Amino acid sequence: MMMTADQTKKPLLEVQNLKQHFPIKGGILGRTVNHVKAVDDVSFTIFEGETLSIVGESGCGKSTTGRAILRLDEPTSGSVFFEGKDLLAMSKSQMRSMRKDLQVIFQDPFASLNPRQSVAQILGEALAIQNIVPANQRRERIIELLSHVGLRPDQIDRFPHEFSGGQRQRIGIARALAMQPKLIICDEAVSALDVSIQAQVLNLLKSLQKEFKLTYLFISHDLGVVRHISDRVMVMYLGKVVEIADKKSLFDSPQHPYTQALLSAIPVPDVSKKQERIILRGDVPSPINPPQGCRFHTRCPLAVERCKTEVPALTNVHSTHQVACHLVP
Amino acid sequence: MFVYIVRRLLQMIPVLLGVILVVFLIMQMVPGDPAVLLAGEGASAETIAKIRTQLGLDQPVMVQYFHYVTDVMTGDLGTSLRSNLPVFDEIMARLPATIELAIASIFVTVVLGMVAGIISATKQYSAADITIMIVALLGVSLPSFWLGLSLIYYFSVKLQWFPVAGWGTWKHMVLPAITLGTAGAAIVARMTRSSMLDVVRQDYIRTARAKGLREQVIVYKHALKNALIPIITVVGLQFGFLLGGTVLVESVFAINGLGRLIVDAIRMRDLPVVQGGVLIASVIFVFVNLLVDVLYRYFNKRIDLN
Repeated sequence: MMMTADQTKKPLLEVQNLKQHFPIKGGILGRTVNHVKAVDDVSFTIFEGETLSIVGESGCGKSTTGRAILRLDEPTSGSVFFEGKDLLAMSKSQMRSMRKDLQVIFQDPFASLNPRQSVAQILGEALAIQNIVPANQRRERIIELLSHVGLRPDQIDRFPHEFSGGQRQRIGIARALAMQPKLIICDEAVSALDVSIQAQVLNLLKSLQKEFKLTYLFISHDLGVVRHISDRVMVMYLGKVVEIADKKSLFDSPQHPYTQALLSAIPVPDVSKKQERIILRGDVPSPINPPQGCRFHTRCPLAVERCKTEVPALTNVHSTHQVACHLVP
Repeated sequence: MFVYIVRRLLQMIPVLLGVILVVFLIMQMVPGDPAVLLAGEGASAETIAKIRTQLGLDQPVMVQYFHYVTDVMTGDLGTSLRSNLPVFDEIMARLPATIELAIASIFVTVVLGMVAGIISATKQYSAADITIMIVALLGVSLPSFWLGLSLIYYFSVKLQWFPVAGWGTWKHMVLPAITLGTAGAAIVARMTRSSMLDVVRQDYIRTARAKGLREQVIVYKHALKNALIPIITVVGLQFGFLLGGTVLVESVFAINGLGRLIVDAIRMRDLPVVQGGVLIASVIFVFVNLLVDVLYRYFNKRIDLN
């Protein structure tokens, strides 16, 4: 079970045993023949004001976890407590009003803004639906939001296609901010941007976090970005959490063989340093029939018999570092 | 926008000249001599020759074409060989019924097609979706004359809800509009479904959901508006088929419209009426196309018409 990393901090979001199994339909009658176990029994906690990152390779269930928390896809089972209230137990209309507090920024700024709406409409709709600002003050508020993300007031009536990728992502951020949320889920929020723009947007996210006391769940496959922005990092593999720790502990002493392999793949900008790269053999197994026991055992260089049969539980290495591996004492 | 419309109107001129040429040549190639038909059975060769000279049919084809085009420019579509009335007046007398029928049919196409498509897309793979798609497949496959006759049999003859034939009240419109609009509705339903399914997978729909919008607002304001472009294209094209389809449906329901006028004129080799009718139908089609392009602009701010 998850331990509270720091007793002085207040948990904002607690995810317990979250499962997201997508049915696979087959045959003439469209019966459910199997399930893709995209997220399988994931539990973690995010504390107020921190940034928790989820890392892992494509298809490990990072984004699915984010969407399941927001109920953008209905999760199969589990519970998600936000400030003590279970989001998954809420009715649709209760959930709609909760959405004010939980916002999301998507990966692709070209796809996440409605091409038929101007900036004023995109942001104004958010303000109107949650009734945050009275109608006559909305335009002012939109201009204020734009200035927070470094856009000019005269750009308010433009359409998404008139902006660059970085600018669009800023609009996405402004839209999320418009709701005055407590938690923002950044789903690969900078992956689609150029490296120079990535840094700008990351710094913007950081300064907004300070200004508005935001909490981030940051989903990324880019370890460099994760290192820059996170307080804590959670590593996922094939729908399971394999390791979760504060940033320093994770990057300095990764415990799980998968985490070690991931970190060894980060290029070091120093030619004199000889880097030992751990190369993983084979492909990620299918999430339809994931391996028994530890899901990583098919590719783990250290796997023993026990790994093939017994699912490792998340255990404490120390108070802020948990790992799910039989080989870590 | 204004400049664009003016430019489009100018571009119509060569299109319409082409239409006149094609119709003119087809009528030239069709066997049968209008002069013979007009003179009646057993007329002497002299009478036929006289009629031919009167109508200018003895002149070279190119000259006939040139005369016709210059007349059209001045608004003169010629005189019907059969009734001796100006073609323009003949067409104007028949046009309202056809336009009413076309509008009623396009209404059936758009409303029925889009509602069915939206239900199908929002409830993908449900029983409703499967039923709608099967009905849509039938709708495209049924020939309109068969559908028209079946509707007459059940709703006019057996149930006596609607008149069997003719034109005038809204009751006259129902069956012909359904007959003519069904195939289009089926195509629009399929198009709406696939276009909507495409759009609802986009991130901005997730964004809208994350804002906490109601499902209806997401479907109609965010998804449908983005899905409309291909639907408008199909509806615009359907209008063309519709103009062609009126010919059959007007015959089945005995409506005195433009379609029937043209068919009768073809049978009688009433060349000026055929040319005038097809020309007017083409003008309408070209204008509808312009309307479609203007609607594109309205629904998609990214399409810059200039």
